Amino acid sequence: MRERRAVVRTLAPPLVALAIVLAAWEAVTRALAIPAYLLPPPSAIAIAADAHAGSLGQGILTTARAALIGFGLSAVFGVVAAVVLASSRLIERALYPYTVFLQTVPIVAIAPLLVVWFGPGLRAVALAAFIVSVFPVIANTFTGLRSVDPALRDLFRLYGAGRLATLTKLTLPAALPQIVTGLRIASGLAVIGALVGELFAGFSEDAPGLGILVMSSSRQLRTDLLFAAVLAAVALGLALFGAVNLLGARVLGRWHPSEKAEPFESRNQ
Amino acid sequence: MVEPEAGAPAGIRARSAAVEPAGVVTTAVRRVFPGGVVAVSGANLTVEPGSFTAFLGPSGCGKSTLLRMIAGLDEPTAGTILVGGEPAGARRVPIAFVFQDAHLLPWRTVLENAALPLELAGVSRAERHRAALAVLADVGLDDAATRIPAELSGGMRMRVSLARALVTRPHLLLLDEPFAALDELTRNRLDDRLRAIWRERGTTVIFVTHSITEAVYLAERAVVFSKRPARIVADHTIELPRERSGALRGEASFAREVRKLQEALEVADA
Repeated sequence: MRERRAVVRTLAPPLVALAIVLAAWEAVTRALAIPAYLLPPPSAIAIAADAHAGSLGQGILTTARAALIGFGLSAVFGVVAAVVLASSRLIERALYPYTVFLQTVPIVAIAPLLVVWFGPGLRAVALAAFIVSVFPVIANTFTGLRSVDPALRDLFRLYGAGRLATLTKLTLPAALPQIVTGLRIASGLAVIGALVGELFAGFSEDAPGLGILVMSSSRQLRTDLLFAAVLAAVALGLALFGAVNLLGARVLGRWHPSEKAEPFESRNQ
Repeated sequence: MVEPEAGAPAGIRARSAAVEPAGVVTTAVRRVFPGGVVAVSGANLTVEPGSFTAFLGPSGCGKSTLLRMIAGLDEPTAGTILVGGEPAGARRVPIAFVFQDAHLLPWRTVLENAALPLELAGVSRAERHRAALAVLADVGLDDAATRIPAELSGGMRMRVSLARALVTRPHLLLLDEPFAALDELTRNRLDDRLRAIWRERGTTVIFVTHSITEAVYLAERAVVFSKRPARIVADHTIELPRERSGALRGEASFAREVRKLQEALEVADA
């Protein structure tokens, strides 16, 4: 009962704010008779979304697949790369500057190159999602691995722990909060990367992704459908972000203070 | 005095009352940090096997550095350190180290924290859990075995840390101001527990502190260090009965020992 009230208290204010904004939007577009190709009212967007529910749904699935593959690659490669970087100061000095390259590479410029190398389609789109989302995973994991309590490192040394035991029993678990933070940032970026990738490499898909829907509806001045596709992309990003958050809370909930949802007294009930 | 077991093999064995204590000999030990700061200067010291020695000195004087070198966590710039006849850091003699804070793994239960050193030594799960439960009982925490560190008070966490140190049945137990962050009542209780454990097991204990009363209450001998760079300025046998309890803190003999150490420390800090 108390939990339900807490949920209402958390969700009610943003929902009320959203309703007010939508109502104002609807009223203003109607009152000023703004042409639908400039700014369609929310009702028109809803009607368009309903009329194109099939292609929007397909678009979400196509984009989600590419974003998830890119995100998965980022998670695996990002953590492995950070472990390698953190394994020695020499490797860190030699390679860390180049990981920043991944952060600064303009995906809009590199996407055409991906099409040249891998051809249009899922592979190029997923790679775009990967390139955009991997750096936060590397950087956060690396920070986490490096900020392990020095006394605990001493303790492992005192008891003769090898590199592997220290990694699996100390540094990786200690870095988990930062790894989850990196994945959280990467989840949103992977969707953005997939959308941008589709603009360049998504045209060969049987079921066009959201990036293709955005582009085609903008060319046809179907602004209502454009809005619907953008909202679908936002929903996809939120879903992935929410999934990572849930996973993080599950993994860390028991011990990490930032994830602790409730005081520990109530845990034993 | 608990008799050390004759002919007992070194390393980790099943739980029994006493261990074979290891002595420490440092010869002309000097430690200069990068940047030229001299932390320890010419430390010559012999710690008898099975003794309880306090390292006393002003905060930041370098006594902790000497303790870390004995543990093999730091290396002397010059001089030698022998632990149980072996060079420090050779890890042939089981050593345990208790830090200023508990430093537990927050994602592990109390039991798994206490069992960690045995886990790293490759001891089987059933055996290490049995040993960990036994040491947790020694520190009065066997009923908290399934809890996690975030649920414990500072004093309980420190007791888990102590249990983790005792679980390998160390021949030498090194403690670096372990109870400094705790309130006085908790600290006194842990002091009593530590002394009881020492008397039962007979392991060699070196206890670093800047508290004179704690050194007098706990130790048989106090080695007083000067301000940085740490030199040994006094080596003092504490003349108090082996049987010690809270009442001792109010007695004249206790006050006399405290005064003696205070004078030595004032010379050290001058």
